[in-house]
Amino acid sequence: MRRWISKNLIKIYAFLAFVYLFIPIAYTMAFSFNDAGKSNLTWRGFTFKNWQNPCGAPEVCSALGNSLKIGFIATLIATILGTMIAFALGRHRFKGRSTVNLLIFLPMATPEIVLGASLLAMFLNLGINPGFWPTVIAHVMFCISFVVVTVKARIASLDPKLEEAAMDLYASEVETFRRVTFPLVMPGIFGAALLAFSLSFDDFIITNFNSGTLTTFPKFVYVSSARGIPAQANVIGSLMFLLALGIVLAGQLVSSRKNRV
Amino acid sequence: MAFVAAVAKRSSTVRGIKRPSTPYLLLIPGLLWLCLFFIYPLINLASTSTQTPSESGEIGSYVQTFRFANYIDAFSGAREQFTRSIIYALIATLLALAISYPLAYAIAFKSGKWKNLLLVLVVAPFFTSFLLRTIAWKQILGNEGPVVTVLRGLHIIGPQTGLTASAFAVVTGMTYNFLPFMTLPLYASLERIDPRTLEAAGDLYANAITTFRKVTFPLSLPGVVAGTLLTFIPAAGDYINATLLGNPKTKMVGNVIESRFFEIVDYPTAAALSFMLMAAILILVAVYVRRSGTDELV
Amino acid sequence: MVDKAASVKGDLRLSNLVKAFGDFHAVDDLSLVIPEGSFFALLGPSGCGKTTTLRMIAGLEEPTSGSIAIGNTDITYEKPYARPVNTVFQNYALFPHLTIFENVAFGLRRRGIKDVKDAVTKVLELVELGHLAQRKPGQLSGGQQQRIAVARAIVNRPALLLLDEPLGALDLKLRRQMQIELKWIQTEVGITFVHVTHDQEEAMTMADTIAVMNEGRIEQMGSPVELYESPRTVFVANFLGQSNLVKGKIEGSSGNDLQVSVHGNRITVPSGRNFAKENSDKSVLIGIRPEKISIEHSAGNTLGGGVITDISFVGVSTQFQIQMPWGQELSVFEQNDGGASHLQTGDTVQLSWKPEFTFALDGTADVDAGTSVNPDEE
Repeated sequence: MRRWISKNLIKIYAFLAFVYLFIPIAYTMAFSFNDAGKSNLTWRGFTFKNWQNPCGAPEVCSALGNSLKIGFIATLIATILGTMIAFALGRHRFKGRSTVNLLIFLPMATPEIVLGASLLAMFLNLGINPGFWPTVIAHVMFCISFVVVTVKARIASLDPKLEEAAMDLYASEVETFRRVTFPLVMPGIFGAALLAFSLSFDDFIITNFNSGTLTTFPKFVYVSSARGIPAQANVIGSLMFLLALGIVLAGQLVSSRKNRV
Repeated sequence: MAFVAAVAKRSSTVRGIKRPSTPYLLLIPGLLWLCLFFIYPLINLASTSTQTPSESGEIGSYVQTFRFANYIDAFSGAREQFTRSIIYALIATLLALAISYPLAYAIAFKSGKWKNLLLVLVVAPFFTSFLLRTIAWKQILGNEGPVVTVLRGLHIIGPQTGLTASAFAVVTGMTYNFLPFMTLPLYASLERIDPRTLEAAGDLYANAITTFRKVTFPLSLPGVVAGTLLTFIPAAGDYINATLLGNPKTKMVGNVIESRFFEIVDYPTAAALSFMLMAAILILVAVYVRRSGTDELV
Repeated sequence: MVDKAASVKGDLRLSNLVKAFGDFHAVDDLSLVIPEGSFFALLGPSGCGKTTTLRMIAGLEEPTSGSIAIGNTDITYEKPYARPVNTVFQNYALFPHLTIFENVAFGLRRRGIKDVKDAVTKVLELVELGHLAQRKPGQLSGGQQQRIAVARAIVNRPALLLLDEPLGALDLKLRRQMQIELKWIQTEVGITFVHVTHDQEEAMTMADTIAVMNEGRIEQMGSPVELYESPRTVFVANFLGQSNLVKGKIEGSSGNDLQVSVHGNRITVPSGRNFAKENSDKSVLIGIRPEKISIEHSAGNTLGGGVITDISFVGVSTQFQIQMPWGQELSVFEQNDGGASHLQTGDTVQLSWKPEFTFALDGTADVDAGTSVNPDEE
């Protein structure tokens, strides 16, 4: 027995770490089935009611809608801009490279509150009211760096011989990019977009500074936390969790089927 | 062998689209965005930080007077929260490292065909809103939650003692929230280690502990550096955990900046504090990176 | 645009080709002609410039100076996709996201050929992998990937097929098999093959003509037999197989033979096999392959007083290390036909060989050139 424990110590430890990671998820999911009424603090009995009517609580779904809209637009812009930078850094030699690298690194090293506060101060100075578009602008800004880093890593792992082979097989520069480089970098871009979306969707601090009276899902949760969060928020949280997990697992499955390299 | 490197470098000449302007065209839109909405706001913030209230006395109206004493005032007003932020962030970072390292190690070396699934599971909790998770902790650790009930029943803690609204809860929340930022880089650098080097160490008379100390850990150092930075930076600027899980005595510098901005409308102090926080973090990061000898971060 | 390239035919002509990386000349004034339809090997240690030469022919590297032509068409500065040249890359570089069929069809499609099915099916049958057409490269073994890489290139019927260490990633047994197969494919399709390798056995098995490269230049070019039996430089003598090289001095000549004194022994070398440049002190290096030397029989040239220091049995032959009176160690390979089986370490023996196997090289050259290169590098 003791030998078994010492041999599997690290696995037991990892198991416990996973338990720790999933306790709040399990809690959130469990309480999405709570027949909570107004306050979802204590267990009052099992119900499907919240799942059948996730928009039941006031404002939950409009907040969710705002978050999704901001998330989609910000992800789209950040993924395009970030991918372009990643290709410039990964496939070209140019002057000022280290400056660009620094500019990419800095937003990731800056506390969110500083990003949020500085943007708000600028918007106020320019007489722009916080709201939907200032929030989108802010989200694109902090997502770009993460996209660049993710896509750049994928480009770096690409064998340059593949592009040479394409050119050797009569593909012009443009066609090489279209038929070989881009499809091979695509999983990286997809992963970067997923990352950008989850960063945007989950952001509270920067959003709180720049969204004014607009309510996003995290803002809704934060504001209502004082008097108890409606169980519908748990439903939406659980749904997002299952959805994202599904996407990632499906992506893994597809990529492991597609190119086992 | 220098020439091989030279060959490798030059070999890239015929690859991709080779107009010299191409990289700049690719860079311009993204960098412009970062300059307009990251660099310029920072400059603007710097300018705000030395302003003083305008003569009209209108709330939220400030004029530039280059009053650098704002920094001294801001710091002396928030010294306690400032040090607390750094200390809490350090503790949370160390705890996250202690939890993540064995986890990342297990995934990298002991998980076999489950590796990808386990990696997804590490990230998965972060697909639910982090506010929901933090509030879940608040309720789990709360006075009516299961943990306190059990601990009180076992007389481990007194009937009046709680777990939430404490420094303990704040640090726990921070540790939990930034865990994947620690685990993923650790995993990435551990995964790159050839398990044969560990076997070689064993073959060369190193026991498990020596192997770890002399081989595994040094090889995983880039991951340790990246992970600790990715945890420490957001932790130091965080104020959500302090708000939701703490009490008035656990307020962090983020809380002060936020309230200066929204409640007191004291932009110069908020700006000065933001800059000091950023400077403190960048200095700590620079010292840390230099001492650990890893220069490549991005 | 591309199919102007398809009509280009003829010998490959490299003229005064130079590729410099800073001060370093990877390829240094290289000129050679590769006849149409031949199987040509560029052989040399890693870093000798053979891969750079290949990349320049493929268009993946631009020459610093000099020119490349096929027949009468200059292709020196032509883009890689505009020349009738295809490459089998080291590690194959198959597109991981495309099926085997689409990999093979890639070049045809880029040239605007609509109906690719017949050509692709035919070439997949040629490499005997027709049944794998719908698989992805990741699902194939190394040997199968190698054949697909060849199929993907030859389906385009290029004027020239370049092979960059094509068998380097395969194990020994598979490599032998692929050597024979590649040679067969070459006769079958009749395309000029230019094969880059550091493996002398591979080059000798497959190529009609080998150019041995060293430090960006061609040391010697010829058929495998020519290079092996009559190496003209110390580098070639050592890089292709093994050679015993002993310092000597030309004493004089009689008829068609040169008389060379080697540490007090008189050795005969046919004048036609003296590849040394004239030099004032008439010093030469006498070369003789280990398997040409006999310990038992006396045959013309002899060197006495050697002591056996090491014997290793390698199946078809037994290899002896023999220390000569002047301190040098020479190698002798004896066939295992029973003749030399009584010999033991410490025995004193006499070495002899037929004069016509002897060759003479430049006496001022470095005796170790071409020996210290690690063939497994690169």
